[in-house]
Amino acid sequence: MATKNMLLAGFGGQGILFAAKVAAYAGLMEEKQVSWLPSYGPEMRGGTANCSVCISDEPIGSPLVLAPDILVVMNVQSFDKFIDTVVPGGTAIVDSSLIDKRTDRDDISVFYIDATKQANANGLAGLANIIMLGKMLGETAFTTEEMIEKALRKCVPASKQHLLEPNMKAIRLGMSL
Amino acid sequence: MKGNEALAEAAIRSGCRHFFGYPITPQTEVAAYMAKRMPKIGGTYMQAESEVAAINMILGSASAGVRAMTSSSSPGISLKGEGISYIAGSDLPCLIINVQRGGPGLGGIQPSQADYWQATKATGHGDFQILVFAPSTVQEMVDTVADAYDMAEKYRMPAMILADGMLGQMMEPVVFEDKEYVPAEKPWATNGHGFKRERNVTNTLYLTPNELEKRVVDRFKRYEIVKENEPRVECLGTEDADIIVVAYGATSRIVKSAVKSAREQGIKAGVIRPITLWPFPDKAIAAAADTAKAFLCVEMSMGQMVDDVRLAVNGKKDVHFFGRTGGVIPTPAEVLEQIKKIAGGVK
Repeated sequence: MATKNMLLAGFGGQGILFAAKVAAYAGLMEEKQVSWLPSYGPEMRGGTANCSVCISDEPIGSPLVLAPDILVVMNVQSFDKFIDTVVPGGTAIVDSSLIDKRTDRDDISVFYIDATKQANANGLAGLANIIMLGKMLGETAFTTEEMIEKALRKCVPASKQHLLEPNMKAIRLGMSL
Repeated sequence: MKGNEALAEAAIRSGCRHFFGYPITPQTEVAAYMAKRMPKIGGTYMQAESEVAAINMILGSASAGVRAMTSSSSPGISLKGEGISYIAGSDLPCLIINVQRGGPGLGGIQPSQADYWQATKATGHGDFQILVFAPSTVQEMVDTVADAYDMAEKYRMPAMILADGMLGQMMEPVVFEDKEYVPAEKPWATNGHGFKRERNVTNTLYLTPNELEKRVVDRFKRYEIVKENEPRVECLGTEDADIIVVAYGATSRIVKSAVKSAREQGIKAGVIRPITLWPFPDKAIAAAADTAKAFLCVEMSMGQMVDDVRLAVNGKKDVHFFGRTGGVIPTPAEVLEQIKKIAGGVK
């Protein structure tokens, strides 16, 4: 892997930035070069939020991802905005419980999973973002489950370490969908 | 670590114990981090009632000889301009952070480089310069802080780190060097001394023209030494480059991606990245003007640094400009297209 550019997008509050942070930290755990660049400002307060993550063997040039290798989308607005930006041969993961649309692109791999529904059904409410991350891990192997677990240990605050287990459960659920 | 937080932590590790600021996007995390940390380490954090108040608190602390810092974003820096002029006129060192956003006016909150002129030429009224550093990664922002303080104290002038919303908001891995801060002697400081010496005075008012002129001229002699010794620059592939792209800060990263693609397509392109914007690395650019065929300056502005590039190139070669502004970030593809266009012309 030379460089993997990822874009995660959805509503503010869905944990887009957190899922992206875990992905970036997983890269860091592998001692890769990483960058994490959020959209900031009004988007974060309930509007559409997105976050660019680059994981690379080389120093990262532009940290802004305009043509993602991997796209994770959790709302219709982001689906419409970004699905056509995925590089040919890239991967898109779509939360089908929130996005009632399909793309007609056949040059990318698209996975539709009902992450938000599955989160609620499995006692993992609020962890749809991590289920999506699990699916992303399962389909692209951009890192390993072990690195994700290490990353989660770093990203989950010390006072909330009891949330580590549900997060790992969400990762594994995502990988199985 | 997030760029803004990394800046704050680096300042603390460099001995900064006095932070005065006023919130503004996209730099607020600097202040938030300082608010959390300063009380724990015996430092002072104060959210002032305005930017004007904050910069005057810096004038006070700098005058007392301590390492002080303020941070803001473009519109806030405009408000600080008066105080920065007073600090420069008092020959005091301090560190000012500008995490630039789009302007003019309130503008926007997305990344921008439209404060280059302000930082390097007109931070405030009067004949003066400040040191301006333009790091391009979170790690470099961290490394720059200690240097900026050291240099500000050495030359007794304000230093600014000119970042932008992208650098402030992005997270990258950082390593903090374990370097102990040893405060330098500051015989000029207006601090308590128990009548053991003559009193020091911080002043900018000189009503006798000859006296004021002498002070300004002396200061500019110091600036000449800074210009001679302190310019910093990164040159990549400039030795054999036909086209040299000049960019600083976050934009230089985009440019490096574009130049790499250009090389892959057989275009001999190189990068000159000024790390200090004042003093400007004009010698590196002048030297490249003897070997390169054309220059392209890329900025997140309508073209500000390009003036200094043209002065350095001194008419020897064409200097082209490409910029996006208002918070729009240029893409590597757009820059590559410009390089190709110029390459088509020079062949």
